[in-house]
Amino acid sequence: MTLVNKTTKPQFSYAGNLNLIVTPVFAFLLTLLAVAVWNYSVFDQTTESILQPTLLRTQLWQTIVIGIASSLIVIAVAVPLGITITRRGWPRLKNFLVDTLGLAQALPAYGLIVIFYTFLGTGMRTVIYALALFSLLPVLRNTIVGLEQVDKSVIDAGRGMGYTNLQVLLKIELPLAVPIIIAGIRTAVVINVGMAALAFLVGAGGLGETINSGLKLNRPTAIFIGASMVAILALVLDFLGALAEKYLKPKGI
Amino acid sequence: MSEVLIRLDNIWKTYTPGEPAAVRNLYLEVMRGEVLVLVGPSGCGKSTTLRLINRLIEPTNGKIFLDDEDVTSINASDLRRRIGYVIQQVGLFPHKTIAENIATVPKLLGWKKDEIEARVDEMLELVSMDPATFKHRFPKELSGGQAQRVGVARALAANPDVLLMDEPFGAIDPITRDKLQNEFLRLQQDLKKTIVFVTHDIDEAIKMGDRIAILRDGSEIAQIDTPENILTDPADEFVESFLGSGAILKGLTLKKVRDIELQMVTTLKAPVLRDQALKTISDNNDSFALLLDADDQPLRWLDERALNRTNQPIEKSGRPIAVQLQPEDTLQDALSSMLQSSVGMSVVVDRQGKYLGCCTIESLAKLLVHESPTK
Ligand SMILES: Nc1ncnc2c1ncn2[C@@H]1O[C@H](COP(=O)(O)OP(=O)(O)OP(=O)(O)O)[C@@H](O)[C@H]1O
Ligand SMILES: [Mg+2]
Repeated sequence: MTLVNKTTKPQFSYAGNLNLIVTPVFAFLLTLLAVAVWNYSVFDQTTESILQPTLLRTQLWQTIVIGIASSLIVIAVAVPLGITITRRGWPRLKNFLVDTLGLAQALPAYGLIVIFYTFLGTGMRTVIYALALFSLLPVLRNTIVGLEQVDKSVIDAGRGMGYTNLQVLLKIELPLAVPIIIAGIRTAVVINVGMAALAFLVGAGGLGETINSGLKLNRPTAIFIGASMVAILALVLDFLGALAEKYLKPKGI
Repeated sequence: MSEVLIRLDNIWKTYTPGEPAAVRNLYLEVMRGEVLVLVGPSGCGKSTTLRLINRLIEPTNGKIFLDDEDVTSINASDLRRRIGYVIQQVGLFPHKTIAENIATVPKLLGWKKDEIEARVDEMLELVSMDPATFKHRFPKELSGGQAQRVGVARALAANPDVLLMDEPFGAIDPITRDKLQNEFLRLQQDLKKTIVFVTHDIDEAIKMGDRIAILRDGSEIAQIDTPENILTDPADEFVESFLGSGAILKGLTLKKVRDIELQMVTTLKAPVLRDQALKTISDNNDSFALLLDADDQPLRWLDERALNRTNQPIEKSGRPIAVQLQPEDTLQDALSSMLQSSVGMSVVVDRQGKYLGCCTIESLAKLLVHESPTK
């Protein structure tokens, strides 16, 4: 047989790699801008009291904790849930869940936080749970889509070779669904970090405090610093997500 | 060799209660070492029947025996590891390399690492692919035909006795398909696996099968027999219509040149003088002769007119021989070479290229008329 000497170039996915370049560039520029504003604008007394470095550090930390914690809950709940309801015999539950969670996302995050407040009172926990529910859908939906887009003939071949159902899930379906599931997680993380700015509503702190004070006291510099810190955080986490997507994606697909 | 290896014992399969069964009371025996082809119109239950054997589909009723063991209630995954399975869409794991794909079942069976590695190379060589080139590639880096080959290699990797193949050469261009079929037949000559082969293409069935089961709706066997017997004696109208109008011509692919009686024609041995040649031809009451070289290898067709017309050296007059046949060629090859030949017959030579005789349309026709169904 003549060997077909097909030169196979690595597939260059624009969407994937663009993200790896544009996102950090954007985050860097925004950081430069924020540093410039911080260094070169003249702070009045009020601005100075809003933008105390120790305060900002605490708020940044709170935002990170809220964003990460709610995202972890989402992953821990949505991925197993998605796996369970894509197993044979659960089609109705699947539709029901996707519809219901669609409703949860249709509510403003603000409303969701308030609802949770009435049950859980003030504090970080309230925000974390509310955001987890709010961003459950993208991860659940991507888990379902990711698992269902796996070529049926590949699963069939796996079962035909003698993989057990668990082996089919672990060795075929999940690896092939990973890129799509991670994309869902990235969406959820960005949502959660962004929405963590609302945590101040129930006394859970976060960079929303700074933005809110800036708004109330009409201090645009403070608003800008607070908002750009949230944005930079979201960009950095999204970049980490893109990296994870790139390196966790199985070779060959 | 007529030992039954697989037995489907009155199998029923109903997918949806209330609807007609996809397999109705099927009794089927597959002999050890044979290629049994299941062929039939779309939706008649071929795939279902195949997948019942490795229990990708569980029968509603009935029992399946493998080597006299009732496998209907043993662990399905264990059973499948003992049976090779090639599916139409190939179904290679896209995230695994070719080597990992082929290693699937050996790994499941807990083979040692170096055993697996050696086996992967062996399998790739078996399907005519260079291990060094292909081992580390991913399925997307293969052509369709190469992927099919890997599919077969994967199914054979753990050396199963039984191989199930569902339209394995379905989605491939006719030329590659023909090549894969031939390669596969060559492999099977050495491997002697027990193979159940599904196709909806009667020509493929005739080519590949030691026996063919022609199925109609509900996986009901219309006829099960050797290709020759089915072609010459179709059981009923359904089988006849399924064979199509060209049944006799299809039979040509089953017969070899060695099956027909060769004709001897006048031969001349080079070097020969023109006058001598003309004399020999007229002495034999012929109008042409075959010129052979000193080793009895055919050179050209010489005829009286060509010899009279030119002053060319005798080795350059007459007409060249377009195609030479060998005894192993099929009668279909013979027919097409005769139609191309200037004298309406083709030269048959042995493996060394020595002249054996000629094959004519008449002798071919005689064989066919002799064998055609008397209906
Ligand atoms: N999973 C299923 N659920 C319900 N009905 C099915 C299922 N699979 C097959 N069938 C039905 O069973 C019958 C036989 O199907 P099968 O796939 O065995 O046919 P086939 O002979 O392989 O056809 P083809 O040549 O088109 O592949 C068809 O009527 C089909 O609609
Ligand atoms: Mg089929």
